[in-house]
Amino acid sequence: MIRVVLPYHLRVHVQSEREVMIEVTGPATQRSLLDALEARFPPLRGTIRDHDTKKRRPLLRFLACGEDLSHQSPDAPLPEAVVKGAEPYVILGAIAGG
Amino acid sequence: MSEVRVLVGTKKGAFVLNSDAKRQKWDVSGPFFGGWEIYHLKGSPADPNRLYASQSSGWFGQQIQRSNDGGKTWAPAGNKFTYEGVPGTHQWYDGTPHPWEFKRVWHLEPSLTDPDTVYAGAEDAALFRTSDGGQTWQELPGLREQGTGPKWTPGAGGMCLHTILLDPKNPDRIFIAISAAGAFRTDDGGKTWRTITRGLKSEFLPDPTAEIGHCVHRIAMHPSRPNTLFMQKHWDVMRSDDAGEGWHEVSGNLPTDFGFVIDVHAHEPETVYVVPIKSDSEHYPPDGKLRVYRSRSGGNHWEPLTEGLPQTNCYVNVLRDAMAVDSLDECGIYFGTTGGQVYASPDAGDHWSPIVRDLPAVLSVEVQSLQ
Repeated sequence: MIRVVLPYHLRVHVQSEREVMIEVTGPATQRSLLDALEARFPPLRGTIRDHDTKKRRPLLRFLACGEDLSHQSPDAPLPEAVVKGAEPYVILGAIAGG
Repeated sequence: MSEVRVLVGTKKGAFVLNSDAKRQKWDVSGPFFGGWEIYHLKGSPADPNRLYASQSSGWFGQQIQRSNDGGKTWAPAGNKFTYEGVPGTHQWYDGTPHPWEFKRVWHLEPSLTDPDTVYAGAEDAALFRTSDGGQTWQELPGLREQGTGPKWTPGAGGMCLHTILLDPKNPDRIFIAISAAGAFRTDDGGKTWRTITRGLKSEFLPDPTAEIGHCVHRIAMHPSRPNTLFMQKHWDVMRSDDAGEGWHEVSGNLPTDFGFVIDVHAHEPETVYVVPIKSDSEHYPPDGKLRVYRSRSGGNHWEPLTEGLPQTNCYVNVLRDAMAVDSLDECGIYFGTTGGQVYASPDAGDHWSPIVRDLPAVLSVEVQSLQ
């Protein structure tokens, strides 16, 4: 199971606190993880990635193991620590305001 | 015993206010969807406990929420809004062609007869409809493709379709308004549309009487007279008595004819309300006095309503979807401000009081009269 940390605004859609556990079948990549996340929580469709193109929404970032994965290929393997559940995959809303 | 439910959309969530028919004590629930911009909430006339809300965020996009119990609980509905076909371009601020891009839903208008059917007015301007309670949305592309679309230009707030009026006497007729394109009407259920802007005059346009480009802020209709429309334009309060075929100005003695909201008394089709705002540069009331103006003659002759409203140092705005009326025997009038106050008058505007006063900036106010 992969731990996914959701930004505050999206937790209302999963009736959950900060973190949800997601099972990925097959190779664990950002694409397969987000597909599994959206399959389990359909209201998240369109809120993290575009409905059709599956591109990341511009003001979101994907972080894990101290790295920004946002610009990596969605089909690259996730870090081992994320796959094993030792580290979370973090979906972060860009910090804005003043 | 009648009750009243007020639905308030704000910059940081939704609120539901309930009162009995006296409309003096209010129970406030919320925030729902805290932190999200709630552009609009509205209940179904066919099932008052069926509510819809448009939830929007620059980070997370669009969500539609639905309640089946009058706003006590909510669940997400469908949020996929896709333009039909190849959407083409409209005109950008700098005059260049710009692709149509969905940004958010400004206004939800439930069907008068079917709680599962709702119209949604979107930015970039388009009209969508669901017939399955919000699970799926389909565009009515005839509006965007009616011929003038490539000339439509966004206003400062975006190219939003913000007004949807369903004709209670003719189910095939719908009026809509877009900033800053103008006003449109369909007489065939949304297949084809025509502009209804004759008589509008906007000095900021190269041709002030052009067919397209008028920044319509809001249109209101009394259900008993669907051919009579009242419009708050960017500047000018306008009236049409022939379903938009022609408009004439009824600003009369208003201190300024800039503003956003306009509404009609529930039982008096010639009694109209506006909130004058000083100018398009300042976006607050003249002289720091928050005044609703009422015309009992369908325009031209207006009286200020001030009892209970702040008359010094008030510099809030009242946005286009933030006024509504109830249909109790003595008509109640409601409006919300960017300062977070919702004011109500249980006596058609003679006396006002804040029914809640420290909400986030108010984007929309709707009222349901419940038996």
